[in-house]
Amino acid sequence: MAQTETKAGRFTARGPKGRPAGRVALTGNEAVALAMRQIEPDVVAAYPITPQTDIVQYFSSFVADGRVATEFVTVESEHSAMSATVGAAAAGARAMTATSANGLALMWEVLYIAAGSRLPIVMPVVNRALSAPINIHCDHSDAMGARDSAWIQLWSEDAQEAYDNVIQAVRIAEHPDVHLPVMVCLDGFIISHALMNLEVLPDEVVKDFVGSYRPDSSLLDPERPITVGPLDLYDFYFEHKRQQAEAMRAAAPVIREVAEDYETVSGRRYGDFDAYRLEDAHTAVVVLGSAAGTARFVVDELRRDGRRVGLLKPRVFRPFPGLELADALAGLDAVAVLDRSDSFSTMGGPLFAETRAALYQRAVGRANRKDSGPSSGSGPGNGRPLPITVNFIYGLGGRDIDPGDMRAVFSRLARVVETGDTGDVVNYLGVRE
Amino acid sequence: MVREGAGWRDIPRGGLILSPGNAARYVTGDWRTFRPTWHPERCIQCFLCWVYCPDAAIEVKDGKVAGVDYKHCKGCGICATECPDKAHALTMERDEGERGVEV
Repeated sequence: MAQTETKAGRFTARGPKGRPAGRVALTGNEAVALAMRQIEPDVVAAYPITPQTDIVQYFSSFVADGRVATEFVTVESEHSAMSATVGAAAAGARAMTATSANGLALMWEVLYIAAGSRLPIVMPVVNRALSAPINIHCDHSDAMGARDSAWIQLWSEDAQEAYDNVIQAVRIAEHPDVHLPVMVCLDGFIISHALMNLEVLPDEVVKDFVGSYRPDSSLLDPERPITVGPLDLYDFYFEHKRQQAEAMRAAAPVIREVAEDYETVSGRRYGDFDAYRLEDAHTAVVVLGSAAGTARFVVDELRRDGRRVGLLKPRVFRPFPGLELADALAGLDAVAVLDRSDSFSTMGGPLFAETRAALYQRAVGRANRKDSGPSSGSGPGNGRPLPITVNFIYGLGGRDIDPGDMRAVFSRLARVVETGDTGDVVNYLGVRE
Repeated sequence: MVREGAGWRDIPRGGLILSPGNAARYVTGDWRTFRPTWHPERCIQCFLCWVYCPDAAIEVKDGKVAGVDYKHCKGCGICATECPDKAHALTMERDEGERGVEV
């Protein structure tokens, strides 16, 4: 039988415990597959779909080669992949899968069952545009379509962050205060297929970090029989949804706590979002995923010209760190939120809608609080109007966004500040007119 | 067992049922439109109704079919269909007027 040797498979990191093991060039998919091999979940049930395919291919070769003891379930569709993962998790297994685009859409029904049954599943989602028309390239319409399914969502700027997010996701999902599934989003092709020189941890450090999963209930425990996913009508369903909302709220501090622990083993620090050169900025871009790298490059370039610009890159989209994000943006004159998917609400993309809601909430919350002191207080944004916010839908179906596009966004922000004229609130960046 | 009217903090996570066998306490007989009537004098004790009933609503006493549990029988009629033609010991009638009441 032909063996699929991959760098992710061949690579066995050796290094002193608690130290990064070393650098290795991997694609995003290889990095995710490596993280999954190091986590070594009890069950992986997955179906291949571009651009996630490599993850499943590499992981199945780890199984075939005896590198992991994971039970790998080949299924006939993504609906079945998520269903088998749900079954495994309900049985008390640490269970994972991975998907993209239409595969995620086909899982949609079962996503809610995983979250509603409070199963700590971890799923890398390699972001790809949803059909129709058919397109295999990156945008965020897949994961954004599932944003209200009560899955935690961590987003990645590059292969390094994808690798780090997958490892942290296990601890977040399984935390007793949380018990929610986690999606780790990475941009299709741009991250999944591009090589990056990244730092990976030794196998035993990852194994120590994720620990062993001890479920508090299992379908396979005859001593303490349970029923998972029963009929739940108007008498209790609402209470169970309220529990889910609370779990999502509880996830916020857990995500930070896990990130702090991860920093001690990896040396890499992760927050709810990355505020880049934002402290003294007048204008900024808010953007998820790989385009944040482009924004970072342009921010540095414009800063060299003396322009006070910054970047805010959310890493955690669910739960949405709205108050903290609004605090970080409140002192700015104008903010452009970039969305790699359209909500078709005609009011802008999902990241825009939530960022604006958070800013409004911050302003109203302050205005409504009688004990908040005079409006000329020292906090950022106090006594100042909210930043003007504009939305740019970009990159749909894998349309490139380059530094020139990003410069155009900052120029538009400068013009908005100068003239006080917002112009069109919802804009389409890089589309042909 | 979950207390009726319990708040969201006091119930098992995600709808987990931790006490087995409590479906018997969930009375579903008022879903019924047609009701089966068991005719003991024609019953040949073949137990086909008991085998096929999807709700375990065929009552058995001392190893013999003894009637229908109307608290749980949803009136699907499978028992009457499976009852051998020669015996014809289960017949379906409309359940108008007494749906949902103790029968």
